[in-house]
Amino acid sequence: MAAGNFDRATALSMLKKMVRIRAFEEQACLAAERDRLVLGAIHPSIGQEAVAAGIVGAMRRDDVLLSTHRGHGHTLAKGANPLAMMRELLGREGGCCGGKGGSMHIADFSIGMLGANGVVSANIPIAAGAAHAIRLNGPDDDRIVVCIFGDGAVNRGPFLEGLNWAGIFHLPILFVCEDNVYSATTRTAEVTAGDGPGARAAALGLKVVEADGNDALALHETANDLTAGLRAGSGPAFLHARTYRQSGHTSFDPAAYRPANEADAMRQSNDPIHRLAALLNDGSGSPDLEALLGEAEAEMAGVLAEAAATPFPAPETAFSDVQDIGSPAAEAF
Amino acid sequence: MESLTYIEAGRRAVAEAMRADKRVWCVGEDLGRGGVFGQYRGLREEFGADRIADAPISEACIMGAAFGAAMMGTRPVVEMRFSDFALCAVDELVNQIAKARFMFGGQSRAPMVIRQPIGMWRSSAAQHSQSLESWYTHIPGLVVACPATPQDAYSLMQTAITCDDPVVFMEHKNHWQTEGPVDTGRSVSLGEAEILRTGSDVTLVSWSGTVHTALDAARHLAEDFEIEPEIINLRTLWPWDKDTVFASVEKTGRLLVAHESVAVGGFGAEIAASVAERIGHVLKGPVRRLGAPRSLIAYAPNLEDQVRVSADWIVEAARDLVKGIR
Repeated sequence: MAAGNFDRATALSMLKKMVRIRAFEEQACLAAERDRLVLGAIHPSIGQEAVAAGIVGAMRRDDVLLSTHRGHGHTLAKGANPLAMMRELLGREGGCCGGKGGSMHIADFSIGMLGANGVVSANIPIAAGAAHAIRLNGPDDDRIVVCIFGDGAVNRGPFLEGLNWAGIFHLPILFVCEDNVYSATTRTAEVTAGDGPGARAAALGLKVVEADGNDALALHETANDLTAGLRAGSGPAFLHARTYRQSGHTSFDPAAYRPANEADAMRQSNDPIHRLAALLNDGSGSPDLEALLGEAEAEMAGVLAEAAATPFPAPETAFSDVQDIGSPAAEAF
Repeated sequence: MESLTYIEAGRRAVAEAMRADKRVWCVGEDLGRGGVFGQYRGLREEFGADRIADAPISEACIMGAAFGAAMMGTRPVVEMRFSDFALCAVDELVNQIAKARFMFGGQSRAPMVIRQPIGMWRSSAAQHSQSLESWYTHIPGLVVACPATPQDAYSLMQTAITCDDPVVFMEHKNHWQTEGPVDTGRSVSLGEAEILRTGSDVTLVSWSGTVHTALDAARHLAEDFEIEPEIINLRTLWPWDKDTVFASVEKTGRLLVAHESVAVGGFGAEIAASVAERIGHVLKGPVRRLGAPRSLIAYAPNLEDQVRVSADWIVEAARDLVKGIR
């Protein structure tokens, strides 16, 4: 996107959002590796923050989002409270899900975030169903659904079934393939036939847009166009956003399977935060990226400290919210 | 009281629920034309294509999309056509639907009825005949209903649709045309068994199609062998009505569980073990369970019969129990 052709206030707000997402995940990684406070796996989206800020940032608060196991950024961008999220990562009381879901099952229904998902591709039919419910409500309901998944998801059956479903029912849903090059620890291109996610979506009749997934401003503009179209009844759309996963599959994965220097080169030349900051640089020291990063680090370090000081959930909650009929609280055996 | 077929009883319960609550809708393959067995006949005409929705042959997406719509406040009735085909949607049912409320800390519910017809009917072979109810009893979060009679089909469907938990609803394909009295004013709770015949010699617990086999066996036992079995139609497997079963076994001192599904790992084992653990001291002899041999269901009718629990099997097992033969 050409410099100058954007709303500076919006762009600055996106930059801050991306910086906060990165700081949250860096603190979460520290909590896992340094502090051993996050006991389960976490899947950082460091390097992919433009998708969260650009696309999720184009959603209304009452729109519906479904995300993946790598979903901290999307969830924050939708408006979730970072302290409730960090508590969830640490399995504490007051976590988004009461400490019962952890990183891979973060959800906040109060802001339309209907869940990350531990199963690749599984969120696609669910998201189609959420959009189906909106359609059943009739034309007065102009909410839309955004479903984000990775490049690995396009090789599972629910991808085909869910996109087909959205097409035949003409649903208000934006599918976002957040292509970070890797399916866990395998290069997706090595295990994927054909011309990629966009070609598959196009074959099912969806409107497809290919995008630079590290250009937050361009993604935001594209997402604004697509969501406006969805609200006007365009039918489902598909956005293929090419980004790059700077971290390993999990915070503990050194990602030694990557070509030497691949990640470093991306960090230096194609980091979405640095790109946006450079675009916004007015030559007089604004925005001051170092200052923004420092503020966000301080904020999220405080969030981590507060989460770590929160007690674990009450033991009896292990048996609550399973089911009403035949509940383990009454009938464990 | 009316006499209805099992299929009509279920159809009527669905139609009444749809009239009473606009959030209820049905989705599955061929529903617009009444469904593969006619369980939805006439409903498209009354409720339209949005609420009697034809789906592609995409079981995973039918299940997953219905779940997404359930989390958005609708109350879907999901048609899987055959329990065998629902295996294409096990991730959606087991990993997503059953766990959502818990994993999300109580933020969501999945009020859904998942219809998965089970059971052998003539010559449909190994992929259209299975009874997999015990699988779902193993999954926390799910309710499992196995109606045996038209009254069950009506009342359990009515209760399942108004239930906020996901209910796996397993109708028996061989009994669609079985007719019986239905009191539409009678409600049945999930987890409430029914004593279909009282007796003092042996408690015979069953569900789904095998209930009818057990009733046949009971007539034979009483007339020819002076053995009076008490027949319990369990109706739901999770939760199951322990109080009714235990009270009966305390009276008879003997337990025989009979079901169509494979005996190994079947739900009969759960009932037998619970009785042995909790009230083993009242037993006059060992508990018995009857199920299919751990083999596959064949196409040829004579081979199919080899794995079907019959009235003769039940009679023999009950006689052995009463005579004290292991």
